[in-house]
Amino acid sequence: MEGPAHATYWLVQGQSLFIVLHVLGTACFAFIVAKRLTPLLRAQADPRFDHPIQRLGNVLKFWLGQWRHPRYRVGGILHIIIFAGSIIRVIAAFTVLALGVSEGFAFPGLSGRAGPIYNLVQQYAATAVFFAMVFAVVRRLIFKPARYAVPARFGKPHTADAILLLGLIAALMAADGLFEGAKAAIETQRGIATEHLAVLSLAWMFNSAVVAGSAAVLWNLYLGAYLLHEFAFFFLLCYRPFGIQFHVETSLFSIYFAKLDREILKPVRWDVPDERLAEVKSFGVKTFEDFTWKHMLDFYSCADCGRCSDQCPSNAVGRPLSPRFIGIKARDYSFVHYPVLGPAHNGSPLVGNIYSEDEIWSCTTCGACEAECPLLVEHIDRIVDLRRGLVDDGKVPQSLQKPLKALESRGNPYGKLEKKKAEWTKLPEFQQTCPVKIVNGSNDASTLYFVDSVTSYDDRMQAIARATARVLHSAGEKFAILGPAEKDSGHEVRRFGEEMLFAALRDHNTQAIQNAGVQRIVTSDPHAFNALKHDYKDVPPVEHVSQFIARQVNSGAIKFKEAPADRVYAYHDPCYLGRHNQIYDEPRGVLDAIPGLQRVEMKRSRDRSFCCGGGGLMLFYEPKEEERMGVKRVQMAAEAGANVIVTACPFCMANIEDAIKVAGMEGKMSVIDLTELVDQQMVRTSVIPKEISAMAGD
Amino acid sequence: MEILVCAKRVPDTSENEIELNNAGRDIERDDLVYSINEFDNYAVEEAIQIVSRIGGAVTVVTVGTDDDEEILRREMAMGANQGVLISDDAFTGSDGKGIATVLKAFVEKAHYDLILTGAQAEAGEAQVGGMLAAMLDYPFASLVTAIEVIDSKKLKITREIEGGNKEISEIDLPCVLSIQTGINEPRYVGMRGILQVQSVPIPTFDAAQLNLNPATVGEAAARVNRVDYFVPALGKGAEILKGTREEIAEQLIELVSAKGGLK
Repeated sequence: MEGPAHATYWLVQGQSLFIVLHVLGTACFAFIVAKRLTPLLRAQADPRFDHPIQRLGNVLKFWLGQWRHPRYRVGGILHIIIFAGSIIRVIAAFTVLALGVSEGFAFPGLSGRAGPIYNLVQQYAATAVFFAMVFAVVRRLIFKPARYAVPARFGKPHTADAILLLGLIAALMAADGLFEGAKAAIETQRGIATEHLAVLSLAWMFNSAVVAGSAAVLWNLYLGAYLLHEFAFFFLLCYRPFGIQFHVETSLFSIYFAKLDREILKPVRWDVPDERLAEVKSFGVKTFEDFTWKHMLDFYSCADCGRCSDQCPSNAVGRPLSPRFIGIKARDYSFVHYPVLGPAHNGSPLVGNIYSEDEIWSCTTCGACEAECPLLVEHIDRIVDLRRGLVDDGKVPQSLQKPLKALESRGNPYGKLEKKKAEWTKLPEFQQTCPVKIVNGSNDASTLYFVDSVTSYDDRMQAIARATARVLHSAGEKFAILGPAEKDSGHEVRRFGEEMLFAALRDHNTQAIQNAGVQRIVTSDPHAFNALKHDYKDVPPVEHVSQFIARQVNSGAIKFKEAPADRVYAYHDPCYLGRHNQIYDEPRGVLDAIPGLQRVEMKRSRDRSFCCGGGGLMLFYEPKEEERMGVKRVQMAAEAGANVIVTACPFCMANIEDAIKVAGMEGKMSVIDLTELVDQQMVRTSVIPKEISAMAGD
Repeated sequence: MEILVCAKRVPDTSENEIELNNAGRDIERDDLVYSINEFDNYAVEEAIQIVSRIGGAVTVVTVGTDDDEEILRREMAMGANQGVLISDDAFTGSDGKGIATVLKAFVEKAHYDLILTGAQAEAGEAQVGGMLAAMLDYPFASLVTAIEVIDSKKLKITREIEGGNKEISEIDLPCVLSIQTGINEPRYVGMRGILQVQSVPIPTFDAAQLNLNPATVGEAAARVNRVDYFVPALGKGAEILKGTREEIAEQLIELVSAKGGLK
């Protein structure tokens, strides 16, 4: 029977009508996309064209495989149905379009026996997509998952737009079903051989509904469904680049070009090596064009799913930051300043216009957003780049200026004297049982214990340093510290945007470490660990002390005595140990090796761990917030049934200890560092030092 | 508006442990780190803000040695247009009046509409601003917490006086103002900014270039001489409030109210 190309629509021949429509629709889409790409051409360089195989692997896993979607069960499954349905239906969609201009078109390879089989599959796919859309609309309107809400400070709700888009896709599926159902009904009436429709599919349902209709009605439904499909298709195509649906086109590219080594912080400029940084006129992101093209692409790709902000601890405690809106606001900014119609115009600096300074400083760079994002958006890099811009303009909160200045002149945020860096080793009863050497080139130390500055000076954290030293000592490790020659690792300095100060600290420490002539580095601070591992070059391999302990436990070198029966332990994953370096199992393994130790997991653990409030310079920053992250974390541990939180980071320790007091849970909850616990529980042949017996009795 | 800010390099109180030297007449300076006097930093920030509003230039001047260039560069990185070092062995041991004499000689070599100093130096006596104004016969206002430029001849200034009250005055230009901390939020000076001005030449003047009679400055001319330096003995310890959290809070409120901190 004849198809839409040979039919006439209000005296116009179908083929002519659809050729015009297809050319216009495609041209319009191409024009809009070209306009959308203009800011990317003015953006900063970003080298994303290497390692094609690895990138294709990412596409297979995260795009085609939808790897991260099921982390949010309902939304994820809905998305997988819609995505898979759409992928299956690519050929069907193309065929339907082609039928308008080419009578009786059959996709190559599908004219024979494969055709009906594919049709069955694609009809079920369309049906699944249709009902997923209906469910999604109901969910948006009735169940309203909290993460889709738009706080008033970020503008109006996005619900209407979402429903329009969901509705359009549902309409497309329905139009296709009606087109096929009506066609089969006409063929049945005319006694022509008709293709079998998939039972209970949309096409089948429409067919059952209309099969008794008159020939004229069926014919009109057939052509009407086709017309509806054509207009819905091209409207949707051209409307998508105006909102979140643009991710249908851009997500593939965002994932292909995603950063491969995510722990390497973005340099100031990808195309300027460190030694030529002095030539760079302006640091960081100040105006929109200071973003790299990849970051801009990610603004388009963001599907507004809200998972980043749902996981973000800053957002959870009411700080001004919501990572979702860092992207959404930048995208809206580009729509305004690079309009589809009219010339592009550069705007004012972003901070003070679409972002507030507090918003940018609120981030602890914990990485919860990045661990969640199904599209691999690089949230931390853009925050750090915005901070670099603020630092370059001198816009640094007063609370951070003193510690930064002290880091510059003294190498530690407190401004304490360099010569007191090793004071923590001088506690009399500690010094007697565990003498700690300072490297001087002549001692036989093969391991460097990098203490880092806050641990060296903070009264409470010094106990972690001593516990680490005792564990290393008891395990027979020949280690030493840099002492006064060690400056702050600069981990937070860099993440707070002070790149040149970081470079100075890094260069100083690198020199000191190289002079020490050690073979390996151990540190008890995940922030220092991350800096030495990813931000430094030309230093010996670095290990976090939990990895060292795990090895000693596995080899039998460290043995434990029975844990106290009245304690229930929950392990809190420090962000820079867990999420940023995937060290989840070693600390847990150590805990589980302690006989009789009862351990529970918090709901938010491993890569969903909830930041305690941040380390390094974050200790000095005074955020605007409703409650402390640490307090929330302590409550989570209580909910899990724990009465001791074990962590493996001095900052987590400090933040959680404060939070226990703030939450009024002293006596009900306590916190201990993994090294301190190991130190307490280790079976030793020698006398137990006083500090340990005191801790054990608390 | 041409603005001159007089600045001083001092041991950074937040980054040092101040100890007396053996002679007992000065502090132990071996392990010290220095920075610009905090009050002066506010004065420079204020000058930069005025210039960014109405145009002009900011010059930062210090009387000292080559070591003091460090703070001039820091303030240039902050946005000051020029740094000037006045240095001469003859200045060693000057008292406040001696420093004011040197600065007066420098001011007379150029033209400045407005001269700012910090209200005091962390290691100083809060003398130079007032003395400089008197020597130049310029009007002077101390402890200024806000500056509004009315026209090229007049400023409106706010001073904070006892009890947190504010006094607003008009003052004729040229004048000398001593700046109180808190007048603004000084911007951050990053490592990069400092590196960028590292090789900018800093004009240096000595006594001869300023036509100064060496007898009017330096130790010989000083009429205030430090004879001793001591750390006061620790007084009575802090008062520790006892009781439940609510009781402690109540006691604290009472104490603060009694001292006039709450109204």
